[in-house]
Amino acid sequence: METLITLLVGVLVTIAVYLLLSKNMIRVILGTAILSHAIHLLILTMGGLKKGGVPLIQGESGSYTDALPQALILTAIVISFAVTAFLLVLAYRTYKETGSDNLDALRGVNDE
Amino acid sequence: MIVLLAIFFPFFMAFFVPFLYKRIHSKHIGWFVLLVPILLFILLASFVPSVAGGAHYTYTVQWIDSAGINFTTNLDGLSMIFGLLITGVGSLVILYSIYYLSEREALGRFYVYLLMFMGAMLGVVFSDNVMVLYVFWELTSISSFLLIAFWYHRKQSRYGAKKSMLITVSGGVAMLAGFLMLHTLTGTFSLREIVDEVGNLDKTDPLFYMAMILILLGAFTKSAQFPFHIWLPDAMEAPTPVSAYLHSATMVKAGIYLVARFTPIFGGETVWFYSVTCVGIFTLFWGSFNAVRQTDLKALLAYSTISQLGLIMSLLGIGSMAVSDSNESNVLIFTAATFAGLFHLINHSTFKGALFMVVGIVDHELGTRDIRRLGGLMSFMPLTFTVALIGSFSMAGLPPFNGFLSKEMFFEAVVQLSRLDLVSNGALRILIPVVAWVASVFTFIYSMIIVFKTFLGMPQSERVDKEAHEPPIGMLVAPFVLSFLVIGIFIFPNGIGRYLLTPAMTAVFPMHRDLKGLVPHISAWHGVNPQLLMTVGVIVAGSLLYISLKKWKKVYALGPLRWNLDSIYNFVLTKTESGSNMLTGRYMTGYLRDYFVYIFSFFIAVAVGGLFWIGNLEIDLSKDAAVTVNEYIIIAVMMLAGLSILVAKSRKTAILLNGVLGYSIAILFVVLRAPDLALTQIVVETVTTVLFLLCFYFLPEWKREDTKRSTKLVNGFIAVAVGSIVTILALMVQGNKLFTSISFYFEDAYRLAGGKNIVNTILGDFRAFDTMLEVVVLFIAGIGVFSLIKLKAKKGEKDIGNQ
Repeated sequence: METLITLLVGVLVTIAVYLLLSKNMIRVILGTAILSHAIHLLILTMGGLKKGGVPLIQGESGSYTDALPQALILTAIVISFAVTAFLLVLAYRTYKETGSDNLDALRGVNDE
Repeated sequence: MIVLLAIFFPFFMAFFVPFLYKRIHSKHIGWFVLLVPILLFILLASFVPSVAGGAHYTYTVQWIDSAGINFTTNLDGLSMIFGLLITGVGSLVILYSIYYLSEREALGRFYVYLLMFMGAMLGVVFSDNVMVLYVFWELTSISSFLLIAFWYHRKQSRYGAKKSMLITVSGGVAMLAGFLMLHTLTGTFSLREIVDEVGNLDKTDPLFYMAMILILLGAFTKSAQFPFHIWLPDAMEAPTPVSAYLHSATMVKAGIYLVARFTPIFGGETVWFYSVTCVGIFTLFWGSFNAVRQTDLKALLAYSTISQLGLIMSLLGIGSMAVSDSNESNVLIFTAATFAGLFHLINHSTFKGALFMVVGIVDHELGTRDIRRLGGLMSFMPLTFTVALIGSFSMAGLPPFNGFLSKEMFFEAVVQLSRLDLVSNGALRILIPVVAWVASVFTFIYSMIIVFKTFLGMPQSERVDKEAHEPPIGMLVAPFVLSFLVIGIFIFPNGIGRYLLTPAMTAVFPMHRDLKGLVPHISAWHGVNPQLLMTVGVIVAGSLLYISLKKWKKVYALGPLRWNLDSIYNFVLTKTESGSNMLTGRYMTGYLRDYFVYIFSFFIAVAVGGLFWIGNLEIDLSKDAAVTVNEYIIIAVMMLAGLSILVAKSRKTAILLNGVLGYSIAILFVVLRAPDLALTQIVVETVTTVLFLLCFYFLPEWKREDTKRSTKLVNGFIAVAVGSIVTILALMVQGNKLFTSISFYFEDAYRLAGGKNIVNTILGDFRAFDTMLEVVVLFIAGIGVFSLIKLKAKKGEKDIGNQ
């Protein structure tokens, strides 16, 4: 299972990097979103998969799967959502100000 | 203890100047500042008798003890001379500035800088710890920079300030490296301990020579020795009191101090002897030779200062051989040279200070210091003329002024040196006295120029804007005090010898402490001997050359002489600037893609390099959990969906495929025993998709990328490389667990945090701080989103941004 998920992570990272390298703003933002998906899966895999039950305490004893990565991912999901939302609004505003969604055309001011 | 307070007293007072200046907005603020050096001078002077008796005072404040850096002050004979110069000349200069600077100037700023410099300079000469010394050393450079650029609206001032800063600070950094090497060799930063340790040093160690050269670089740049002298003439853009104080009497002598201070450590080494002596002698010649052609009086004085510093430097160079020589008569010859150097140091401060003040007066009263526009001032300003006469004749080495005494001793030193067989190089033996003599002839000529071209001849009242008259009496006090000293030292030289120079000599030559005759008796008349003949020769040749100045002045227009170091400095500076601009412009392209390419290439290089470095690519898959068919299907769907995003024709397809990815991950979370994650993921994914779609409403449909095929290939290669590296690294990590898991701690959640959902207790209890900061991030992002949507840049602001 771990190997399989890791392979999936690799594929997703590849896709994300390719999207990040493109010129279109939406593609770049999509790239960041996919990259966070991949990393969430990676963190989860690092804790070991299917090594125990759901981390909800029910009885006296019982083994649980690693809860720490889950907590980290929960934080990460929320943050990546915030970042995606912010980037989207940034893209919207940029387009409104400059009339372009092409990153190559947005090359800073010349007098910097 | 008192010495420590003395260092910080000027800084302390500088702190109050701005507040006081708000109240007393007039030139009388100077009287308050004047208190500082006068008090310090009296304080230091009270130590003179005990220091002359052989005492020295050290006081340590523990600072960074573990690194061997402590705030240790050391008051001995050598630092006493400099301390008295700094506070004594400082008092006179401040007194002079009260009348020199008009009330329209930013006097508060001026005095703050000046006090800052004074404190820093006292720190340099009283610090025993070389690291502390270095800090104060650079602080003098910085305050000098601020003072040169005091009239910062003038381009020349800024240029001069930058130049002096660049040269002296780079020398200072070289010196720092030298100090660190000495620390490696001796294990201590304390100067006194290094001197004690020096007998056990391995002097064949290359580090020892490196340290020597680097420390010399620091001294040479600070003391404006050839070829680093070029900053000093440009530093003359500073107000004249500053030039008199920093750039002739004190700061430029810090290099001399350093050489004297390190003589017990490096003295006796031939490398040290040759470099200090030869650089000094050549600077002496070059400075005096160039001074003659200057038409600006201050520039002339600047070159003359360079030349005189060279003279002192060369004397210290000759004297350094006393450290290793065992023959007593030779030792006496060498120590006499150092003695002459220290004596001339004092004399130079007196007559050069007076001359700078005279030039300041001329500039102040007539509005020009160009000798082509001056002349015949003697009848208008007789008092100023008297000071100028005394100063110049002393500089020229004429009796009855103190310059004569030290000049004679200088000649004696070079003559004696040429008689020793120590200077193995025969040519050098002759060359040093000859160059010294020639340089003295030029010194004589420019000294005459100052007096005669300015004060004698026909008045050129049509060429100056103001009418000549004596300055206010307050301006004359300081130069008069200095010229009294010039004559006083000539009459009673041995008082200085006894009280100031004797303890200084024992500080420089601790090994010859008990040598009889370490401090020679100074007398004006020795009978007819070579040095007297040399002086007579200087006067004759100098007078002849001065009279025929017009005829041979064409020499300066000769090709090789026009070649100058300034143009090299300017060339290097502009080329470095444009070069670095070009280099930065080449890689800082402003394209997001390029920056991503740098980041990912670096990542690939480091990761691949690291893997090769380790060389142990062990992947252990044996602990893998089993996979069910459903899971295979989910993962296959995700891969397909992901890959399809790359080829999606429309952005709606792409965002829906992204949604497929997100929901599949939610399902995976369920499978992998993470129900909380699954819930969150579903909510967030839904909102994200909605947001994307909302955004699409405003943005244009994405066009086919017009990227070149080769670029796409590169992008693809980078993407695949990054993806594979991540996979390989992740697989390696899974197979090799280095530490045991800490997660079992959280399984006790019910007892510790009172919650049954472990993930929730981690977020809300164990790592609640993380969660709080996460909320802060959300909050910031929210503000960002809000302001980007709601706020509009005003028309005016937009224009400012574009300028």
